[in-house]
Amino acid sequence: MSTITLKVNGTTHTLDLDPSTPLLYALSDDLGLRGPKFGCGLGECGACTVIVNGEATRSCVTPLNLVHGAEITTLEGIGTIEKPHPLQKAFIEEQAAQCGFCVNAVIMTAKALLDRNPKATDEDVRDALSNVLCRCFTHVRMIRAIHRARQEMAG
Amino acid sequence: MKRQVDKSSPPSGFTPDAQSALERAGFSRRAFLQGTGALIVSFSSLGKAAAAGAQLSGSRKTPGPANIEVDKFGAHVTPGAPPPDQVDSWIAIGPDGRVTAYTGKTEIGQGMETAQIQLVAEELCVSFDSVHLIYCQTPITPDEGITSGSQSTPANFNHQNLAQAAATAREALLHLGARRLGVPATSLVARDGAIEVQNDAARKIGYGPLIAGKRFNLHIDPNAKRKPMSEWTILGTSAKRPDLPAIVTGRFEFVHNVRLPGMLHGQVVRPPEVGATVISVDEGSVTGMAGVVKVVVRKNFVGVVAQKPWQAIQAAKQLKVRWSSGTGLPSQANYYEHLRRQKSRDSMVVNSRDVPEKLAGAATVLKATYYHPFQMHGSMGTSCAVADVRGDHATTYSATQSVWPMRSTVAMVLGLDPKNINVLFRRGPGCYGLNGADTVTYDAAVLSQAAGKPVRIQLSRKDEMAWGENYGYPFVIDERAGLDAKGNIVAWDHEAWLATLGTRPFYDRPGNVPTGMLLGFDPMPFVPRSPAPEPSRYNNYDNFVPSYCVGRVGEKAEGTGTIESERALVHNVRSPFFTGPLRSPERLQNTFAQESFMDEMAAHVKADPVAFRLRHLSFPRLRDVVTAAAHAANWDGRPSPKPTISKTGIVSGRGMACVPYSATNGYVAMVAEVDVDQDSGRITVRRFVAAIDVGPISNPNGLKNQVEGGALQGMSRALGEEVTWDDRKVTSIDWATYHTLFLGIDVPKVDVVLLNRANVYATGAGEVGITVVAAAIGNAVFDATGARLREVPFTPERVKAALGLRA
Repeated sequence: MSTITLKVNGTTHTLDLDPSTPLLYALSDDLGLRGPKFGCGLGECGACTVIVNGEATRSCVTPLNLVHGAEITTLEGIGTIEKPHPLQKAFIEEQAAQCGFCVNAVIMTAKALLDRNPKATDEDVRDALSNVLCRCFTHVRMIRAIHRARQEMAG
Repeated sequence: MKRQVDKSSPPSGFTPDAQSALERAGFSRRAFLQGTGALIVSFSSLGKAAAAGAQLSGSRKTPGPANIEVDKFGAHVTPGAPPPDQVDSWIAIGPDGRVTAYTGKTEIGQGMETAQIQLVAEELCVSFDSVHLIYCQTPITPDEGITSGSQSTPANFNHQNLAQAAATAREALLHLGARRLGVPATSLVARDGAIEVQNDAARKIGYGPLIAGKRFNLHIDPNAKRKPMSEWTILGTSAKRPDLPAIVTGRFEFVHNVRLPGMLHGQVVRPPEVGATVISVDEGSVTGMAGVVKVVVRKNFVGVVAQKPWQAIQAAKQLKVRWSSGTGLPSQANYYEHLRRQKSRDSMVVNSRDVPEKLAGAATVLKATYYHPFQMHGSMGTSCAVADVRGDHATTYSATQSVWPMRSTVAMVLGLDPKNINVLFRRGPGCYGLNGADTVTYDAAVLSQAAGKPVRIQLSRKDEMAWGENYGYPFVIDERAGLDAKGNIVAWDHEAWLATLGTRPFYDRPGNVPTGMLLGFDPMPFVPRSPAPEPSRYNNYDNFVPSYCVGRVGEKAEGTGTIESERALVHNVRSPFFTGPLRSPERLQNTFAQESFMDEMAAHVKADPVAFRLRHLSFPRLRDVVTAAAHAANWDGRPSPKPTISKTGIVSGRGMACVPYSATNGYVAMVAEVDVDQDSGRITVRRFVAAIDVGPISNPNGLKNQVEGGALQGMSRALGEEVTWDDRKVTSIDWATYHTLFLGIDVPKVDVVLLNRANVYATGAGEVGITVVAAAIGNAVFDATGARLREVPFTPERVKAALGLRA
């Protein structure tokens, strides 16, 4: 065990954890966050995605010692039910979900992309989602929602 | 924490989210059902409501293992469950006029929560927002068995259960209003949560004051008038899902997010090979590891409990377990031939007994064999459950599709009385049939019982894929048909081999899923039977009978086609792996074979595939979806393959397939348009056009979502998905080894035509679309290339092999 400092959604937390613990467990168990989810534990599906210093990061394979002191944003941190982020709003408008378990993966990956490249093309979006999974195959709507949000964010 | 359900507070073990859901309901549900504050409603016009109870007397036993009474609509008359014939079991109206509805059909990602809220709001004439739906919590919701088989809409949207309870409640409110307002009920209308005098909207009384939080105390009236589609204002609209705002902002409580005070975390250690058993477990191998609380061994179930999830995962990895070697597995390379050689349990679905002579007299006889592999549900998240077992009471939080059956089998697993067990549904990742939700509920229960504390467990990806879920069935199918000189089909013989082991646990078979078996419970026994007995009634629930046959058993012909000479014979073989009802179970595999074969026959007689289908279909609703899909796709009517085919480079084509799902549970036709890269063997679907008829449509956008998802999930299953194994164990254990289509693919366009029909039975929609996808794609590949694909998945290697076989 050792003391780890995490800055999550603008709040600093000090946790006493084994530094080899993947970030996901600190977020979902120690901090009780519901956005990032365990999908595979192998970095293959994206369910656990959070944004670390601007990069979409698979928290299930990212040990705490690599993110000590880093700025971490989760799905909760980008918007609320009352004030959703344009991506979150677009997912509601497009009804772009079935079970909803992958929504964190898709929105957080898209957010990192659009923050970096507000003019992302179809191909950029496809590239970013090339290893993001939705097993209900809500692909049509999710891609539409991302483009809708991109347009809104571009203003 | 309180352990007992009492009359004044919600059942023990509710998490804060659930607690607040109950509070939103505005009263104590248990007290409500137990009859405090009973309101006596007895009007002569409702006298016949009492007869509603009588219809339950025609109850029957569920097929298979359970001795559970079910009424004719499938609602279970389970001791301790809210009685399904009572309005109060389904509908409650709080003093503030808000409606709480209780249902036994759950939400597993298909929008059933939304549609059921629409239904209740519509029938009760209240706004969508004033209905709160509680689903699948054993202490308070009726037992509707299992949410499966595209049966939620049939069960709850026709003249029974939730729909009829809401209609009965509305009529009761009208009569209560008549008494209070001193006006005949016939002069009153229900509108926006109030009963008002027709043409005098000022004279009205709200539901809240009218019923004042009391019970209806009424049987469901089978004659209560349902609102006709022409009057719908909420049903039939694309109401938005109320759960999405919380889901997309990370506030939604999935089962994975359930946290109880003092909760520990478990992990299991599964056998390294199929059939391996525990010889010994060295508990000392994890002694001193941080956070480890307990090692749990029961027969071949091995698990650990720790303070934190990562500690449990590390301990499970380090725990030294000696296993016997496994029982070995049949070679995957020869598995389909192996299937044909096993002892089987045979069933005859139809048999006109004249097939051999009709084939002998036919101008042409065509034969083809089709192959479909084991496939996975492969849910996005691995399965998770939380259990709190203390002494002789237990509460489990589970994403099971079967809360009431689960209550019985958890009781068996724990050796407790079912009446002391609560099963509280919490959503999991999309399921599509029988993923690991049931098995992991047993894992959690056993670990919690051993630890004496609440335990949460979420399986590893490998355990989910190798020892968590029940796979979709593999099939070998021989199709044989005779055609006359004019190119009409005169006889069709469908013979299928499939492998099964276990299934849902139902009410008394925990051994039907992996953990139950590891704990020492037996799966459903396999009893070979050959030859098959002749069918006594027509049952095409699994679509073994081709759509183009008449489906005659005895005097009645209940199929959807014109072919009189027909036989459908099924050989069920023991599977080496657990199997279960993966989305469109059996129907998808049968339909792949039949709809591909139909295309082969059309090509042989040089007929347009759509026209050839219509020529052999008699059932209007199926004909209509075929015509509608072809029309919407701007179908190029001509025989396949295309007249001029380049044998190199990228070529394109279109294919069609259709099905009456489960014989009567929804109708779909789909056109696929594909490109085939003949150098790489890669198939790219450019567009799907589907036409679907599921009766009266509850939520058009939700229905489209189901068809879109079904089309693409079907595409993934057709193009890449296959369980693999070596001589001892499953080797498809993650997303690198089980091949699914990610979000970054070139997503095809999916056009969906909805055929809305009033005044017919409302059918399911979750499985109908996916059923036809593989055949539609395969037929399009044939159209483009002249090469026929008869084995799923259509990997580039198989496509290239098929291309190589062209003349």
